[in-house]
Amino acid sequence: MLKIDHISKTFNPGTVNEKKAVQDLSLTLDSGDFATIVGSNGAGKSTLFAAIAGSFIPDSGSIILEGEDITFTPEYKRSKSIGRLFQDPLRGTAPNMTIEENLALAYLRASTHQRAFFSRVTRKEKDKFRQQLALLDMGLEDRMSQPVGLLSGGQRQALTLLMATMVTPKILLLDEHTAALDPGTAQKVLDLTRKIVAEHHITCLMVTHNMHQALEMGNRTLMMDRGKIVLDLKGPERDGLTVDDLLQKFAQGAGREMNNDRILLSK
Amino acid sequence: MSFFTLSMLQTALEQGCILSLVTLALYISFTTLNLCDLATDGTFTLGCAVSAQMALTFLGHPFLALLAAMAIGCLSGFINATLQTKLKVESILAGIIVNTGLYTINLWVMGLGTSGGFSSNVNMNKAITIFDLAKDVLQPMLGSWYKLAVLAVFALGAALLIKLFMGTRLGLSIRATGDNADMVRASSINPGFTITAGLCLANALTGLAGALQSQYQKSCDINIGTGMVTIALASLIIGQTLVGRRGGVGRRIAGVLLGSCLYRIIIAVALRLNMNANCLKLVSAIIVAIAIASPTVRSAIALQRQKAAARAAKKGEETHA
Ligand SMILES: Nc1ncnc2c1ncn2[C@@H]1O[C@H](COP(=O)(O)OP(=O)(O)OP(=O)(O)O)[C@@H](O)[C@H]1O
Ligand SMILES: [Mg+2]
Repeated sequence: MLKIDHISKTFNPGTVNEKKAVQDLSLTLDSGDFATIVGSNGAGKSTLFAAIAGSFIPDSGSIILEGEDITFTPEYKRSKSIGRLFQDPLRGTAPNMTIEENLALAYLRASTHQRAFFSRVTRKEKDKFRQQLALLDMGLEDRMSQPVGLLSGGQRQALTLLMATMVTPKILLLDEHTAALDPGTAQKVLDLTRKIVAEHHITCLMVTHNMHQALEMGNRTLMMDRGKIVLDLKGPERDGLTVDDLLQKFAQGAGREMNNDRILLSK
Repeated sequence: MSFFTLSMLQTALEQGCILSLVTLALYISFTTLNLCDLATDGTFTLGCAVSAQMALTFLGHPFLALLAAMAIGCLSGFINATLQTKLKVESILAGIIVNTGLYTINLWVMGLGTSGGFSSNVNMNKAITIFDLAKDVLQPMLGSWYKLAVLAVFALGAALLIKLFMGTRLGLSIRATGDNADMVRASSINPGFTITAGLCLANALTGLAGALQSQYQKSCDINIGTGMVTIALASLIIGQTLVGRRGGVGRRIAGVLLGSCLYRIIIAVALRLNMNANCLKLVSAIIVAIAIASPTVRSAIALQRQKAAARAAKKGEETHA
């Protein structure tokens, strides 16, 4: 499904600011895998996502998605099959365009051919948008002609999630997508995530700094430190694991204690 | 004689229709893409010159002249966009560069067929224009309004097409590019491509406007486009004030049409009040400056009022106590 083979990325090589953000990292995800990722600050989690999404090309190594080598594919071409959410809820939507227009753009980019410039959404598709919005249970289905800039952060993030998944992506990358939301809204977006990912059997990577989330969501947990994956837990080994177990295993794998100022040990 | 005659209104609306095409172009580049296309003046003149030459020469079907002007306007937009997206020239600077280059090109186009090779004007008295063609068909029905009818078809047609276009995948992508570039980069649209497409479209409209202008007045000169960008910007802002900032695409485009016509009417009235025609550009510049500054000034005034009210309330309390 996703096969990352020995990728490395160094920022500002050869300068005093040199930073080996990802070092010789390999990872294979099976179809339908939902892996959570935790790690210290600056471990390279976001950098890994950027490499998968194509924001830059890794210095070495290769990335294969569903049998296709995408190592050198430009970002805008990859994103047709990669859904990506960031921590900042403002990043994923266009504020001056209406909810309906945002959905139309997301839908058309994923469902039509790269060169189908003049395709439009039909009335039937608009009805489908409305139904899907209703599933978010935020009352957005009645505000479809309002600009997205009027929505709250949580509503925007939920909308972004819908946009990223309404045509099922090959892989969904969630980079602390609930971290900027208040606890109640975060829980809601998280529940939506769980529901949507399960319904469409989406292969998914999710960075979180909440250790409970890391264990309770998905079927696999990865821990990163200093540009490497130091721990990869799945199956029986992962079942029944507590947060303390996890931190201990991290310390063993990384050779040091987890250090992340945003790690949440309790809910 | 009445102060403002029907025929003055007619002329203002005719010019408003032509202007609305340039304003529509700025709606795409300035409002939607967030770019300032300073090559607008040069492209307008280019459209004029190409249309004049095409209508005059043996190739000269006046409709063909319009198409040629659009194509060449599109090309000018393409060069402008390439400077910005591929060579990373600042948007404003790219426009200035293209505009400067176009000055020579426009002189050259107008000079085609003359002995000197360059010319600063073209006389189109011998040319057949689309208005001449329309006259035979429409004048019996519409009398002197036939010109306005032709121009309204172009203005309304272009407005409708742009409205429809903005709902397509490419149109939505262009709008998103100016709204949230981050999102576009991450969403299977190449922002360089959307900027290019948007500028090509905008400049095709500007070229068309220039082409209509030259056929309308049956002449073309090198200064015909000077200040066009300011005038169109003024119309855009007047329209925005009329329909509101928050409206959808349909409303905004209606604002473009209204703003352009209203601008021409305002100017016609000003001329009627014996304003010297040489003052026109200064007046447009002042309109644009006021219009752009007005939200800031308004909120500053509101703040002062609020402060004054708060002070008064406090005083009232004190005297009460
Ligand atoms: N564009 C860049 N230029 C230079 N250095 C960078 C750049 N992006 C990331 N880095 C560095 O690479 C390292 C890994 O950063 P990354 O953002 O991937 O960490 P992270 O695991 O997402 O951390 P966090 O939990 O804080 O989000 C950090 O030391 C960071 O400073
Ligand atoms: Mg990060």
